[in-house]
Amino acid sequence: MDYLLTDEERMIKDLAYKIAEEKIRPVAAKYDQTEEFPWEAMKVLAQSDLFGIFIPEEYGGMGLKVFPLCLVTEELSRACGGIAVCYAASALGTFPIILFGNEEQKKKYLPDLAGGKRLAAFALTEPEAGSDASAIKTTAKKEGNYYILNGLKHFITNGGEAEVYVVIAMTDKTKGARGASAFIVEKNTPGFSFGKKEDKLGIRASSTRELIFTDCKIPKENLLGKEGMGFIITMKTFDMSRPGVAAQAVGIAQGAFEIALRYAKQRQQFDKPISSFQGIQWMLADMATQIEAARALVYACAREIDNGIKDIAKDSAMAKMFASDVAMKVTTDAVQILGGYGYMRDYPIEKYMRDAKITQIYEGTNQIQRNIIALQLIKEMAK
Amino acid sequence: MNVIVCIKQVPQTTDVKINPQTNTLIREGVESIINPFDMYAIEEGVRIKEKYGANTTVITMGPPQAEEALREALSMGIDEAILISDRAYAGSDTWATSYTLANAIRKIGNFDLILCGKQASDGDTAQVGPGISSHLDIPQVTYVKRIQQIKDNIIRVERMMEEGYHVIESPLPCLLTVVKEINEPRLPSLKGMLRAKQAKITVWTQKELNLDPQHIGLSGSPTQVIKIFTPAPRAGGQILSGDPEEIAGKLLELLKSEIS
Repeated sequence: MDYLLTDEERMIKDLAYKIAEEKIRPVAAKYDQTEEFPWEAMKVLAQSDLFGIFIPEEYGGMGLKVFPLCLVTEELSRACGGIAVCYAASALGTFPIILFGNEEQKKKYLPDLAGGKRLAAFALTEPEAGSDASAIKTTAKKEGNYYILNGLKHFITNGGEAEVYVVIAMTDKTKGARGASAFIVEKNTPGFSFGKKEDKLGIRASSTRELIFTDCKIPKENLLGKEGMGFIITMKTFDMSRPGVAAQAVGIAQGAFEIALRYAKQRQQFDKPISSFQGIQWMLADMATQIEAARALVYACAREIDNGIKDIAKDSAMAKMFASDVAMKVTTDAVQILGGYGYMRDYPIEKYMRDAKITQIYEGTNQIQRNIIALQLIKEMAK
Repeated sequence: MNVIVCIKQVPQTTDVKINPQTNTLIREGVESIINPFDMYAIEEGVRIKEKYGANTTVITMGPPQAEEALREALSMGIDEAILISDRAYAGSDTWATSYTLANAIRKIGNFDLILCGKQASDGDTAQVGPGISSHLDIPQVTYVKRIQQIKDNIIRVERMMEEGYHVIESPLPCLLTVVKEINEPRLPSLKGMLRAKQAKITVWTQKELNLDPQHIGLSGSPTQVIKIFTPAPRAGGQILSGDPEEIAGKLLELLKSEIS
């Protein structure tokens, strides 16, 4: 489908495509196997200015917002969902600073993040606080000009590799969700260390790690927004970043679909290419249609955000939920089309299925997305 | 320091078709790209700019659509671009091309270093770079795989040989042709692409260059392509068998019979 991209958007998409094909696809299997962090790929993305596309121009970015970010994430994910998430997770860690940072904070952090000189990460999840984010136990206690952080974050994407972390911690436990605050914590701050690096099913190029805070003293200037705004910042950040996860899902689905289609045309059984069988044809037709529907939803949502439409929680949740469910289905079907070969690690397709699964889980499970959608529907009804 | 990079737009294919009537390349319907070897020259130009603070200019001679190639060079970080384009230059061979480019470079005036790819992927002659240096009467080093340093108006480079390399020093200005071992061309940056899209490309025609009509275009080209053909495949050789002494004897007899 033609999404009537502007010249600029087309240029960004083409550049991301080129990087994905030339610099990412050839190394995707290697990073999947070794679980090394793909710094080489990050360097290419930085050199091409892609880390800055959604950061305002006055802070060294391109000021192009969420839709171009989705285009890039989608193209990178077509080649490797793992490398793409290293890029997208830095955006996730950067959004709160763009949305809620004061002038000093923006000036201090955004130019380096825009240039890809440093990566960012967002730290909310804890062992006891997944979908129930309000159950976080990490605390931030104010002492004079400092906050003292104590606690453990886990499953943090870009953990250990990023240098700028936005960390959600409780400043007032008695207030429940309203007692959480957001802080910028830099790597190498005394009292801030990294724990276990996770061994994952998919997106293995990315680093997922524990963050440990032990009497970690950070200047009070590193508080984002005001005390008690932690969850508002989280929700607004996710509203902006969910289309990115959705775009990642669309890219993974598209990448898997292309491999399956090519294979179906080449693979001969019963003296014919298997693409000549209606059973395969219908699968391919369904896959392509689902991907296109997901893409349309993601693009529409990203464009809404960029045009300043308020209350995008529902649309952003719909895009994330639908696109990730499509990615799981399409990648599973793609493995099916490749049959026994598809199940083997010698072929690139099983990786897509492993990479797809996480998109249904992170940045709010798809069950939580449905809660958000339903809640909003009921709220709108009551208006 | 002023660096000039000479590039050529070539068809994106290794399977070049020839028009049997004119004996020239058929370019229609084939996507054009920057000659792959020239990408290394562009990258090296940008690296010199980053290291020594040079001003960089890219030039090409070709039809109006060669502007695309110049914009791509700009998106990689080259500062300025000049397109040399005129019907009068059509059909130039390597002599006329290097004559025209050399004169365009003379018109630019201030230059210290000229960079070219070692050869073009369509013609494969490797003559235009050396031709430019001859027309300009400046030193040339071909097949450069590394620039060691540029200091006190002297450039020291490594020239690739089949085994090992030569280290050569040359005064500036000089011309280098580079091989792919010299660097890894970068992908364009988004800011570079946006800048390249809006950049003004200078176009020089015969009016601006005012070159001797005897030396340009088809009529100024001494090269005459008489015939282009695919050489017949070589006949299979003979295999001699037996113990070494026996084989040596057989071989000697065969060679003798070839001579007589």
